[in-house]
Formats: sequence, structure tokens, C-alpha cells
Amino acid sequence: MSGAHAEEEHISSYGFYVKIWLALLFLTFMTVSVSYVDMKKFTLFTAMLVATVKAGLVVLFFMHIRFDKPIFGVMLMVTLIEYLIFIVLTFSDYAYR
Amino acid sequence: MSEAAVDKPKVNYYNAKSGIMSWLTTTDHKRLGIMYLYSLGVFFAFAVFMAFLLRLELFTPEIDVLTFGGAQAGDLYNRILTLHGIVMVFLFIVPGLPAVFGNFCLPIMIGAEDVFFPRINLLSWYCYVLGGLFAIFSIALGGPDTGWTFYVPYSTTTGHNVYVPVLAAFIVGWSSILTGLNFVTTVHRLRNKNMSWFKMPLFVWSLYATGWVQIIATPVIGILLLLVMMEKVFGIPVFDPRIGGDPVLFEHIFWIYSHPAVYIMILPAMGVVSEIIATFSRKTIFGYHFIAYSSIAIAAIGSLVWAHHMFTSGMANEARVIFSFLTFFVAVPSAVKVFNWIATMYKGSIRLSPPMVYTMMFILIFSIGGFTGLHLGALSVDIHLHDTAFVVAHFHYVMFGSAGIIFFAAMHYWFPKMSGKLYNEVVAHIAGVLFFIGFNATYFPLFIAGYLGMPRRYASYLPEYEFYHKFSTIGSWVMIFSMLLMFGNLIYAARKGKKSSDNPWGGATLEWHTSSPPPTLNFDKLPDDIPGSYDYPLEVVK
Repeated sequence: MSGAHAEEEHISSYGFYVKIWLALLFLTFMTVSVSYVDMKKFTLFTAMLVATVKAGLVVLFFMHIRFDKPIFGVMLMVTLIEYLIFIVLTFSDYAYR
Repeated sequence: MSEAAVDKPKVNYYNAKSGIMSWLTTTDHKRLGIMYLYSLGVFFAFAVFMAFLLRLELFTPEIDVLTFGGAQAGDLYNRILTLHGIVMVFLFIVPGLPAVFGNFCLPIMIGAEDVFFPRINLLSWYCYVLGGLFAIFSIALGGPDTGWTFYVPYSTTTGHNVYVPVLAAFIVGWSSILTGLNFVTTVHRLRNKNMSWFKMPLFVWSLYATGWVQIIATPVIGILLLLVMMEKVFGIPVFDPRIGGDPVLFEHIFWIYSHPAVYIMILPAMGVVSEIIATFSRKTIFGYHFIAYSSIAIAAIGSLVWAHHMFTSGMANEARVIFSFLTFFVAVPSAVKVFNWIATMYKGSIRLSPPMVYTMMFILIFSIGGFTGLHLGALSVDIHLHDTAFVVAHFHYVMFGSAGIIFFAAMHYWFPKMSGKLYNEVVAHIAGVLFFIGFNATYFPLFIAGYLGMPRRYASYLPEYEFYHKFSTIGSWVMIFSMLLMFGNLIYAARKGKKSSDNPWGGATLEWHTSSPPPTLNFDKLPDDIPGSYDYPLEVVK
């Protein structure tokens, strides 16, 4: 239907995927462990940071954004920035109410 | 491509296959467009009937029409009002133009044979119909009475069934996401090699921008539904303040989707306007780049103004000021479009064929709808006008008077292409003028009544508003009559109309370079050199 498959495709090895999977498992372990430590206002920040790194690994490697054309990365960033703006604007209500 | 390119093909997408299964399993974007048209028509007729009942009830100040079946005073009115809103918003006006005309025209306009994911396109139609059936099914359960916005805490405490219609909206949302995804991908991957981004017709640009809004905003309403379920089923505090939730959060999430949904409705309509005005003025569209970019700007800015629906909901003052300020920005790209359309007509060779007449009505109605939107966007004025009939008039001017009338204009514009037939233009003109009169008679009095304090969503009212409501109800009868005339004319033409030429309006975009109706794969032979979307030949088209 289109010439989409004519492009070069990056193929990662199984070993590489296993390493990413182990990294994700480690980060999950971290999230759970950290929840037992009282870090006051940094608790949420830490959990969100770890979750962001995990999502980043999935998107970059499992979803192949790292090896794809830059336009897909740009599209992804557009949606992420849009969601960030949603959150910031919503907090213009919650932060001052 | 067929080798019989010289002769006009007798086989077209409509008669290439026959039998009900050929339609129910089709992946042809044109057939799916027609299937959407029929199913939308059924839901639209249903919602118009609901509106007819509502206006009939409002003819007098007392509740005296919707009292059958032993219903409590006003209860039946609330339920009919809710169904009218749900069906009109989720099943007609949001999917309307992209599903019908986007499906039919987009691939042809960019010189493609189909959309990028034809099977997903069919799945999208099934999601739409399934969601629609759920909405209708909710009537059997008594019907919801929350209004189409499902605000908590009322929606979680009302005795009427809310989950089925919410589920309906959820399923239709899938249809919307899949269609948006399909269109964005199609524009990126299947554009003809000779069609650069800035050679694309503006309708395609608007569908592209709409596709992005569908993809980004629609999942939010799905998330909202899941949150409601999590609270209801698992007791996780999200919206209920008794267990630590916040009802205003519901409104935030709801409008994060539902305000961009307004732009899902209006952006494709604006694209159609650009096509029709250029064709019937026989002039290159004025400010092509600005119109294209303004579609993207409306999509982007329109996503950031949702909380202007919530100025009286108890939000922080800072947020109210920010959202009021942002709201005014949407007026800029909207005005860019209106000025460019007017400038296109200037010194053009204007023909007042039905699609053009409908489009000119749109410009007037949209301007009134847009300007009254600025009244409502102004924080101080909104405190007075919030939840009054003024708001009802405003959004009907934008949704029905603008997006709706352009749906009718698009039907008249692409009818010869879709059916290969011509309709009676005199009847179409009469229907259009009657619609314009009926529409304004129905909704303009509500601006005044609302300004004077008539609240929305009430089945009974004080006698001082009776004149406005009577005027409005009589207007609604004129409007319904005009629509019956309009659809009757088109249905008659589809069966017994004269045969249309391939390009009856003298359009320049690619769909006018193929036969009417088009062959299954859209073109027997694509023009060697793809013409500019608005390059009109000098000879006069009869």
C-alpha cells in the first residue's frame, strides 16, 4: 500500500531487550522500596521521577522511537507537552484554591 | 489502475458489489462514508424529534406536554433533554463531517486509493454504531437525566441509569480516536508524490488538525469514565468530597475533552467552507497558508481553554482569570479564517448555488455564535450569563448553526460526486432560506431571554419569558419543515435526479478530476501533473 517497509529497520538483539526489562524490574523494585521510606514532600516527586524514567525506557526502546525517524519523536513530544500544559493549567486552580 | 481509462467507467464504488454483506464488510472509504451518512441521519432524526418535544413543552410556562406515563413534573423533560444532548453531540455533530465527508473525500483529495488502515476504518464504524445502540438502549432503562455533561455528584447519586449512556460515549470515543489516527496517518503516508503539504486542499488540512485533536483529547474522556468506575466500584476517592475527592476535578477532566470536541466539530466545517467559497467564487483562496496554520492554531489554543465552562464552579480566582484570558486568543485564528473567506469572495466570480448560499449563512451565524462566545469568555459577564438560555443560544449558533449548516452545505456540495445525480436547486434554495429564518427565530430569542435571566434546562418558567419561548418554538417548526424539505429533495434526487457531470461546480480539487460516482479505487487515471487545489481554469463553467 505504501513504501513504508522499504525503509531500513533497526533490529535490536534479544539480549538488549532483556537488559531493558531488567532495568524496568529494578525501577519497579525501587518504587516499591521507596514507598516504605518517609521522604515527606519528595515522596511523590521520587515516584513520578522513577515512573518517568520507566516510561522513557519503554517508549525509546520497546516502542522504537530511539531508532525511528525524528518526526515520530516530534509527534510524541507534541502530545507530551500538550499533556504537561493540561496539568499546569489544572494546577492554576488547585494550587490557589 | 484500470486500463479502460479513456471511457467513463460504468462500474463505480456504489454498484461494484451488491448485497447487504458487501456493505457490512466493506473497507472502501467511500462506502463507509455513505454508511456513516445513513447511520448519522437516523440518529440525527431521533435527536431532532427529541428537540421537537422539548420545544413543544416550552411553548407554555407550565409543564403540560411531557407528562405522560405518570412521569414526575419535569422528570421526563430532563431525560429527553439529556438524550437530545448525548445523541446530537456524540453521535451527530462530533463525528459528522470527518466520518461522512472526511471518509469519502480525504483519500480522493490527496490522490490515494483508500485510507491507510481500511480495516480499522470499518472497525471505527462498528464502534460508532455500537455506541449509538447503547445510547438508544439507555432509553429502555429509563434514560439518564443528568444532561449530556454527566456532572458529579448528581450523576453518581441520581436514581436514573447513567452508566449505559456514559459507556456509549466511551465506545463512540474509540470510533473517534481510530478515525483521527487513520486520517493523520493517511495524510502523512499516502499523499500523492506530487502533492506537497501546501498543495493540499484546506479541507484536508482541517481534517488533519482535527485528527490530532481526536487523538490527543478523546482518551481523556475515557480516563474520566474509568475514574468514575474506580470510585463507584472500588471506593477509590476521586470525585466524592466525602471520601477526599473533588467534584470540580470531574469538570476539569470532562472539559479537557469536551471543549476541544467543539473544535472537532467546527474545524472540518471551516475546511468545507474554504473549499466551497473558493469553488463558487472561482478564485484562489485568499491567504492559503494563514488558513492552514489557523486550523492548527485553533486546534492547539482550543485545547487550552476548557475551564471557561467552569467560572461559577468554585475554581480559584487565579485560574478563572488565566482561562478567561486564554479564551480570547481563540478568536484570533477564527477571525483570520473569516476575513480570508470574505477576501476570497472579493472580486470573485460568485455563483449562488445552494452550497454557497448555505456557506454564506454559515459566516453570519458563525460570527454571531463566535462573538457571543466572547461575551461568555469574559469572566465578569459570564457570572451573569452562566447556565442561562443565552448559553443555549450561543452553543446552538456554533454547533448547529455553524457546524450543522455546513454539514448540509457539504451534502449539497458533494452530493453529485457521491451519487452521480443532480438535485433540484430551487428546492434546495427554498429549504436553505427557510432553515435560516427558522434557525434564527428559534435561537435568537433565547439570547434575550437568557440575558433577562431565563435559566437553561428548566421545563417550566415565569410568564415574563413566554413570548420568547413561543417565538422560539414556532421557529423550530419552520426549521424542522425546512430540513424535511431539504432531505426530501436530496433523497428524491438520489433516486430520480438527473445525471450529474463529473465536475458540475467547476471545482479544482482532485475529487472533481474523477468520475461521478468515483470508481472503486478512486481514479481510473490520476492527472499527470497534480493541479493546485485552487487553480481554476479561465473558461466559465456552465
